Amino acid sequence: MNPLASIGRTTISFFNTIGRISLFTCRAVFHCFVPPVYGRLLVRQLIEIGYYSLPVVGLTAIFTGMVLALQSYTGFVRFNAEGAVASVVVLSITRELAPVLAGLMVSGRIGAAMAAEIGTMSVTEQIDALTTLSTNPFKYLVAPRLIAGVLMLPLLVLVADIIGVCGGYIVSVYKLGFNPTVYLERTWDILEPLDVVSGLVKAAVFGFLISLMGCYHGYHSRGGAQGVGAATTNAVVSASVLILAFNYIITELFFAI
Amino acid sequence: MMADKQPKIAIKGLHKQFGKKIVLNGLDLEVPDGQSVVIIGGSGTGKSVLIKNILGLLSPEKGSILIDNQDVVGMNRAERESILQKVGILFQNAALFDSLQVWENVAFGLIEGRGMKRKQGHEIAIDKLADVGLGPDIGSLFPSELSGGMRKRVGLARAIAADPEIIFFDEPTTGLDPIMGDVINDLIVDRVRHLGATTLTITHDMASARKIADKIAMIYKGKIIWAGPVSDIDNSGNDFVDQFINGRADGPIQMDVRAG
Repeated sequence: MNPLASIGRTTISFFNTIGRISLFTCRAVFHCFVPPVYGRLLVRQLIEIGYYSLPVVGLTAIFTGMVLALQSYTGFVRFNAEGAVASVVVLSITRELAPVLAGLMVSGRIGAAMAAEIGTMSVTEQIDALTTLSTNPFKYLVAPRLIAGVLMLPLLVLVADIIGVCGGYIVSVYKLGFNPTVYLERTWDILEPLDVVSGLVKAAVFGFLISLMGCYHGYHSRGGAQGVGAATTNAVVSASVLILAFNYIITELFFAI
Repeated sequence: MMADKQPKIAIKGLHKQFGKKIVLNGLDLEVPDGQSVVIIGGSGTGKSVLIKNILGLLSPEKGSILIDNQDVVGMNRAERESILQKVGILFQNAALFDSLQVWENVAFGLIEGRGMKRKQGHEIAIDKLADVGLGPDIGSLFPSELSGGMRKRVGLARAIAADPEIIFFDEPTTGLDPIMGDVINDLIVDRVRHLGATTLTITHDMASARKIADKIAMIYKGKIIWAGPVSDIDNSGNDFVDQFINGRADGPIQMDVRAG
């Protein structure tokens, strides 16, 4: 095997994929803004992504808040800085943990489901059938999922913010013996609107990425059940990596000194 | 060439390849108005690729596809929409939408594609289901609750829902037992006569081809190697056709028994 040829093939394949994703993204975004909008499908996706993801996001947020309070207390108590627990919990949750963890959990739940559903439609000619029935697959399948992802992730993260802070409060007050009033005051005092807004902006971007990767990999899946399985895996892995990468980029944009 | 007058579909010099594999190699075919043409040929000879090129699901490298004297190759989406409004398709595995009820599948093109009210679409769907021998109770089921034969019937109901001028049948009897296959063939003949539509069918089921076709064309290595009336198929004088219709392993057609 010629190593140079192998590097060349990999490089071409990489740029080929980047090009295809870019074209797919442009078409998908275009069709989000151009009628017709399939209202019934959009509502279904809003419920699927928003309502049905609430339990998993809620559980992730409450346990994360609880662990964060416990860990920061055990660390800070060595420096007599346990009073900072409330601040650490609320800033960590709103700025980073709620959007990132909610994004990763929703990616596993929704990104995989989107790739599997659209992938199955692709390999069973249902997408061809849509086209021949005068229905644009981008408008019918992709646009409602993208719009729902961008709208629902911020709402889920807002809920996760509240539940996560409640988790920290429960552990701090009922296990570590913090004064409830003081804890809440410190939480409220340290919190700036930008902390919440940055988390919500991240959530909207993550929602877009999750839906985009789910739709892209599903739409291009080939080769029967194995192809759909590969599309599902690729959708979750690529969305997760992009979430972590964009988390850094957005943090840099909001909070760079 | 088969046409006496202006053909409904005229394909000239169609060429399609995937990578280095040439699937359609200068294919010529004419489908006369109001007639049923069946394309026979072995697996992997380019039958499905031909239909996908006609429908615009694939783009050929060379050649022209005239439908009602309009070249559909290179058409933009709006122009293609107007062509697709004349067309109905029965896909190989019916390609029903799993998330929709049967009646919504049948009326899909009317409701989503043409903006018809759901109530009116429902009424038409129930009528079309009756045309293919399915009761109104089937309309509220989901595709996963149907047998293979019922799925084909629903697919046929969807194909004829908008009373199309042209209907494509992609392997209409594949995966069905011989009796159900014959039921589907009868339904196709009956509904096509009723609509007066032009049809293009691809199949390797000779019983189906003999029943459905006015004319038969055989595709081999990306070209039509014989075409003629169904009554001539047993006396074609073409060794390839004879081997195929008699299902013989020996003959000029050599099957690739190894992959690649």
